[in-house]
Amino acid sequence: MSIHLNRDLENLQRRILALASAVEQTVERAINALFEGDSRTARTIMESDTPIDLEENKIEEECLKILALHAPVAVDLRRVTAVLKINTDLERMADLAVNIAERVVSLTDLPPIPVPMAFRQMTDLTNMMVRDSLDAFVKLDVALAKRVCRLDDEVDRYNRDIIDEISRYMKQSPDHVDPGLHLFSAARQLERIADHATNIAEDVVYLVDGKIIRHHPEAFS
Amino acid sequence: MSVVVGYAKIMSDRQEAGRTLPNVNVHPMKLVTRNLNFWYSNSQALFNVNVSIPERSVTALIGPSGCGKSTFLRCLNRMNELIEGTRHEGEIYLGGQEIYARNMDVVSLRKRVGMVFQKSNPFPKSIFENVAYGPRIAGIRHMGYLTEVVERCLTRAALWDEVKDRLHDSALGLSGGQQQRLCIARALATEPEVLLMDEPASALDPASTQRIEDLIYDLKRNYTIVIVTHNMQQAARVSDLTAFFYQGRLVEVGPTDQLFTRPEKKETEDYITGRFG
Repeated sequence: MSIHLNRDLENLQRRILALASAVEQTVERAINALFEGDSRTARTIMESDTPIDLEENKIEEECLKILALHAPVAVDLRRVTAVLKINTDLERMADLAVNIAERVVSLTDLPPIPVPMAFRQMTDLTNMMVRDSLDAFVKLDVALAKRVCRLDDEVDRYNRDIIDEISRYMKQSPDHVDPGLHLFSAARQLERIADHATNIAEDVVYLVDGKIIRHHPEAFS
Repeated sequence: MSVVVGYAKIMSDRQEAGRTLPNVNVHPMKLVTRNLNFWYSNSQALFNVNVSIPERSVTALIGPSGCGKSTFLRCLNRMNELIEGTRHEGEIYLGGQEIYARNMDVVSLRKRVGMVFQKSNPFPKSIFENVAYGPRIAGIRHMGYLTEVVERCLTRAALWDEVKDRLHDSALGLSGGQQQRLCIARALATEPEVLLMDEPASALDPASTQRIEDLIYDLKRNYTIVIVTHNMQQAARVSDLTAFFYQGRLVEVGPTDQLFTRPEKKETEDYITGRFG
């Protein structure tokens, strides 16, 4: 393998892992802030998005440079394209975490609303999917990646349960309508974060096996 | 142009560009080898090579030096017979005919299976005479017909416009890229069915290389092309099928886009990503 390509791929891997770690923390902090009603943390999350956006651009430039200069093939090509896509997913996850943080800030000025039971389970599951998808990427673990893909349906189920429950609260009292809408939105952002974790897991399977399993749920097992 | 028409155009261009594999029902196998073994004296150079090459397709042979790809190429028109002490086992079929059969005339075989070499080798004659040489030794004397053949072959080899005003100048005055296209025109003049190319662009600059690659794309409408190349990107660009040879064995053969994105064998992966060889 060319020493130049090797050097550039190693550098790319370091950068994407650093970004992944930053995004994972952002998502986790946003979820905790939501449960604890911690608007101060929420505000810091809202301010921490710019470095992530900038790093996304740099990683994309790095990928394009490798494609142009080295014309990689086979596993090297799959790695660069996987990083290119994972990079976008990570940036979107961070944006969604910021959206959750904005809901937290909005909720603090509103009358309290009971948080549906399924919310905790959904956040735990989403957190786990984010962590496992990134672990699968680091360890090139196809079995773990496929497990993440399978969990997405469960997150969707929790999301539906949460929406049903919040709808009931909103029907019970007009005071629940405004905070209920913010909770709706937070649940929706969480569901989207889980979708991006699934995308990352699918990219890991492509990276290792060369198979595109997106839109093929039968390939998740 | 509407978006829909634009998309349809792109898709038809892609199909034009031949990136889809020839349909074997429409394009039958032109060349088939069965259990092909080959020896230079006591040294075995090819081991049980089985490969089927569809008609009107481009097949690239890749692999490190000494892997047997050029030997394999030269087996396809019995050029190896010119080397003393060589022998083979197994069969090679050209359009269903065994090329080593007793009744196969080697001269007519080599007319049907033309060859272009790494280093352009025009005869020290005029441009016209280089292309007319094959038909002439086949007994054609009619000047009108020869003129027509020369124009047609030079046009197919994308050289006509550059040389039409100096057909009777020496071929040795052409540039390297032009000389190589002249050799291709010369190979086309005997109306071959198959064109074998042994690193046809390795000695050329990028612009001439691109002309040869464009030419390969044009030629595959009418010919079956087998090309040996050390340039992996060239193999990826021009071919429908790629065959990877290593130590005299055919390790993997498959659609080029698949072989360069997800090869099945680890040896192929290691070679194309530059991890060995």
